[in-house]
Amino acid sequence: MREVDGPKEPVETGPPPFSEHSADSPLSIHAMTVAYDRRPVLWDVDLDIPPGSLVGIVGPNGAGKSTLVKAAIDLVPTLSGRVRIFGKPFQSRRRMVGYVPQRESVDWEFPVTVLDVACMGLYDRIGWCRRVNRAAKERGMEALERVGLADFADRQIARLSGGQQQRTFLARALVQDAHLYLMDEPFAAVDAATEESIVELLRELRSTGRTAVVVHHDLQTVRRYFDHVLLLNTRVVAFGPTEEVFTPEHLQATYSGKLTLLEEASEALSKHGSSP
Amino acid sequence: MSEATEAEHLLDLLFLTNWNTRVVVLGVVMLGAAGGVVGTFMLLRRRVLIGDAVSHATLPGIAIAFLVATGLGYEGRSMPVLLLGALGAGLLGIAVIQLLNQGRRVSHDAALGVVLSTFFGTGVALLGIAQQHASASVAGLESFIYGKTASMLQADAILIGAVSLGTGVVCLLFFKEFRLVCFDPGFARGRGLSVLKLDLLLMSLVVSVVIVGLQAVGVVLVIAILVIPAASARFWTDSTGRMVLIAGGLGALGGWIGAMASAIAPRLPSGALVVLALGGLFLLSLSFGGRHGLLHQAIQTGRRTRRIRREHALRAILECLEVTTEEECTVEAVAERRGWETRQAQAAVRALDREGLAVVEHPGRETTVRLSESGRREAEAVVRRHRLWEHYLIRHARFDSGHVDRGADELEHLLPMDILEQLEAELSAEGSASGLPSSPHRLEDRPGGEAPIA
Amino acid sequence: MIETTWNPFFDGWIVAVAAACALACAIPGCLLVLRRQSMMGDALSHAVLPGIAIGFLVTGSRANWIMFTGAILAALLTVFLTQWLGRRARVDPGAAMGVVFTTLFALGIVLIVRGANSVELEPHCVLYGALELAPLDLVRILGVAVPRAFVVLAVVLIANLVVVGLFFKEFRLAIFDPALASALGLRPGLMHYLLMSLTAVTTVAAFEAVGSIIVVAMLVVPAAAAKLLARSLAGMLAWACGLALVTAVLGHWSAVQIPHWFGLGSVPTSGAMATVAGGLLLGILVLAPREGVVAHQGRRWSFFVRSNCEDLLALAWRLEERGAAGSAGELLQRLRSARGTNRLVLHFCLARLVRRDLLRREGALLGLTDHGREEAGRVVRSHRLWETWLARTAGLASDHVHETAMRLEHVTDEVMRRRLASESGGPEVDPHGRPIPGDEAE
Repeated sequence: MREVDGPKEPVETGPPPFSEHSADSPLSIHAMTVAYDRRPVLWDVDLDIPPGSLVGIVGPNGAGKSTLVKAAIDLVPTLSGRVRIFGKPFQSRRRMVGYVPQRESVDWEFPVTVLDVACMGLYDRIGWCRRVNRAAKERGMEALERVGLADFADRQIARLSGGQQQRTFLARALVQDAHLYLMDEPFAAVDAATEESIVELLRELRSTGRTAVVVHHDLQTVRRYFDHVLLLNTRVVAFGPTEEVFTPEHLQATYSGKLTLLEEASEALSKHGSSP
Repeated sequence: MSEATEAEHLLDLLFLTNWNTRVVVLGVVMLGAAGGVVGTFMLLRRRVLIGDAVSHATLPGIAIAFLVATGLGYEGRSMPVLLLGALGAGLLGIAVIQLLNQGRRVSHDAALGVVLSTFFGTGVALLGIAQQHASASVAGLESFIYGKTASMLQADAILIGAVSLGTGVVCLLFFKEFRLVCFDPGFARGRGLSVLKLDLLLMSLVVSVVIVGLQAVGVVLVIAILVIPAASARFWTDSTGRMVLIAGGLGALGGWIGAMASAIAPRLPSGALVVLALGGLFLLSLSFGGRHGLLHQAIQTGRRTRRIRREHALRAILECLEVTTEEECTVEAVAERRGWETRQAQAAVRALDREGLAVVEHPGRETTVRLSESGRREAEAVVRRHRLWEHYLIRHARFDSGHVDRGADELEHLLPMDILEQLEAELSAEGSASGLPSSPHRLEDRPGGEAPIA
Repeated sequence: MIETTWNPFFDGWIVAVAAACALACAIPGCLLVLRRQSMMGDALSHAVLPGIAIGFLVTGSRANWIMFTGAILAALLTVFLTQWLGRRARVDPGAAMGVVFTTLFALGIVLIVRGANSVELEPHCVLYGALELAPLDLVRILGVAVPRAFVVLAVVLIANLVVVGLFFKEFRLAIFDPALASALGLRPGLMHYLLMSLTAVTTVAAFEAVGSIIVVAMLVVPAAAAKLLARSLAGMLAWACGLALVTAVLGHWSAVQIPHWFGLGSVPTSGAMATVAGGLLLGILVLAPREGVVAHQGRRWSFFVRSNCEDLLALAWRLEERGAAGSAGELLQRLRSARGTNRLVLHFCLARLVRRDLLRREGALLGLTDHGREEAGRVVRSHRLWETWLARTAGLASDHVHETAMRLEHVTDEVMRRRLASESGGPEVDPHGRPIPGDEAE
């Protein structure tokens, strides 16, 4: 467990700016700062996800949970810091990462069938300009069976319920056969049955040595679902095994301990950003 | 035409000696102003392109009005008749856009494209019929497509002026309601305002501006008088009220330039000239706009960069002196501490010298620098701010002390005074700040954390 | 003017050119509509004008590659400027588009009017196109005289098919989910510029034949209509192409024939095509099997009738429960006061229930048949289970649950009934103390 705590007196020797990345960590982030419009949304994040863990990212709205996941796979630019996936930059580790975006991020009226969506996870493997072949479709079907949507394969996604749509996304991540899964709010607006089946699937993944990092919003279920938890509010409040880190004090610090000065300073920054 | 008479003609135009020209120019100016005012609200409501769909949708109305009027034996080209037809078709177009968009069957942009193209296509087909009726008089209809101020009569210009004036007055009357609906429709609804009714009112204003603009600017380009002045005004101000005024002014100016140009070169379509004038004004606003213009942005960025460089140099010098406990240090040492090229450091130090904050000695090789009295005070203030901020980040934001220098660097230059005072209060309450706070990390390491300074 | 009778050579070629044009537009059009950038077609079709004008002024002829290149450059400039204004200068995207294309179009018109005195290129053909003149401008391909416009449009059509075919799955992912596309390394930004280039080339090629506004119609309308019919992207493209073809044929036919019926000469085919396309979209909006207004209203009506039938049955069941049997008039009267349903609808429902042998007339009285009793029992069971669940599990006051249960009972199936029963702890009576009928099947 890494408890981030300020030193009580000036440190004699400053540590090197980038500590060593652990090569076997599925996701290792160092000194990462991310800003939108010059307004920092993530401050100096340091994180080493242990392999084979189920990690929940918890924090208030606007804490940068989604941003952290997006920055990890280069979807948003970082101001500083470094991200390593199994010891290498994301660009050379694409195939090992499965990403499940937020459900609102796509247009569900889009004319694609459930099977089409499931196969999308294989597009990088199929390669540019090649068609989605039968082997890919079979793998898509397998993944749909695993999430219990095989009967809906030929349906347009608009005809699915919210929970089924979320499971379609999950099937798409499953076909990627990744070693690290990054999921952005997979439990948002799903029914209880879907939630259970997603959790079941996550455990199944963990039992085969995969790692999943899940942005989560329901504090009630954190203990039951995740073995590690990351408490995030613009900076890392605490990270470690759930039973050690998921404490009232840390939650207090995450949800109420607002850094007013940091907020104000960020405000000042963003004002300078919009009309520099 | 000889040169003398041409010049005379030009002067006539400039001073508006011709009564008819005067009226026409005035009409176009008022149209531009009205377009700017209404367009501002459309822009803030993020619906500017509706104007484009509406203007194209008027064409079948014009054609039908012409056909019906000639069929009944009236003069088909009479302006009120044609504009009535245009009004009907324009309103129908808006209704169809709303219906298509209902239940998200057709997305908003596609609904605009559908209405724009199918209505216009129908208009083209109907004009084809009108052409067979009376090919001589249909020429007047074609001027609706690109605009022709030359064919404007005094009565037309008065109509344009009156409608524009009315539009402007309505906008002023409903100014605060419109502003609220544009800014926060949800809140407006909560306050008991009918967003639908206000939207409809705004749409009818758009339709009226488009309709009276048809003759001067034409179907295809009338959207420009709604969009361009409003988009230009955005570069000058952040306040809605001023934006409305500036957009109105720019629209009027563009209208005036365009109408004058059209009077000088009557062969060119007046619509295109008005739009080119507005486009030119947009380019000027984009470049020189006082609030968001590119030049303004560049100046601001440059000023900030210079200030940050000055503060960096001051801090680097002071820290060098702190480490070596001497009165002066070399420019190389300053450069190394900041991770600058020697050339950069020299420029920064010379800038301090010019300000009287530092004294540069031995210019050329082995340049050394020392701080003047005022320079030391200034540098101490800068360093103090930096270290206060570092302490705050470590204690409260739980930064790693190794990373804190970078975090502090990003922000400290922008910290307002009151935040600094708060910082100081917070830290002194913990009993850690008296005088110049010590650095939370070893100064011998430069921020990059590699080679210590010799 | 084109003669009003059908001429196989002229009209055949006009239809062929129109079809090639409509098909070529429909393909990128689908992608534009899905990307919610339909108006980009409008912007591009206007903004190419200065490119064409400059190309024309430099070379003095209509048919050449310089003009074509100029137009495409102007189109790409529009795309770039629109994005730049949006990102760098923070102009609203719609406004950025409006500013750029109107200014460029105005520039184009001034250039054309000032520079070209010839009738070859006049502003009006920019909007209307010259489809009717296409068969007059022939080139020889393999010894056959073919309209030049047809050759150009056919080439563009094939190019569009090839590019969209090759990058089919990349386009699909980049438009559906750009975040995943970029995570998989499929470069959604590149795909955007590829789509814009396709649109630009298509617009320029088509615009000469049918004029700028009709290009917008061909880009947007078949695609918008196809989206209502298709389940997959391939299906949408196929539908859009089919509709484009119909538009071309029907468009030219109605341009020539319909005015002829009224003793008039033909109207411009391009205009008629846009009108026909609009008509097709309207027809599909009304008649589409799933999304259509008719299907939608039909579903609502059949649910409405079904609920009323079920209410009638349940009412008869409740009367029987109390040992009474009501006359038809009494039944309808009570239902009308409870639900406010129109008398005619209720008579219709009653007749339907009798026809289906669920209700039986016994003189003036109405009684349930065995089959009807079973059916009615299910409805009442749903109702009372809901009342119980709402009161026990959802914690509603027991005098408030009736209204809600009235609505929910019509959408409750066997599975849901079983869940309701188990979640409420297998109740025997509802909150009002009335027994919940059992269901043999459950």
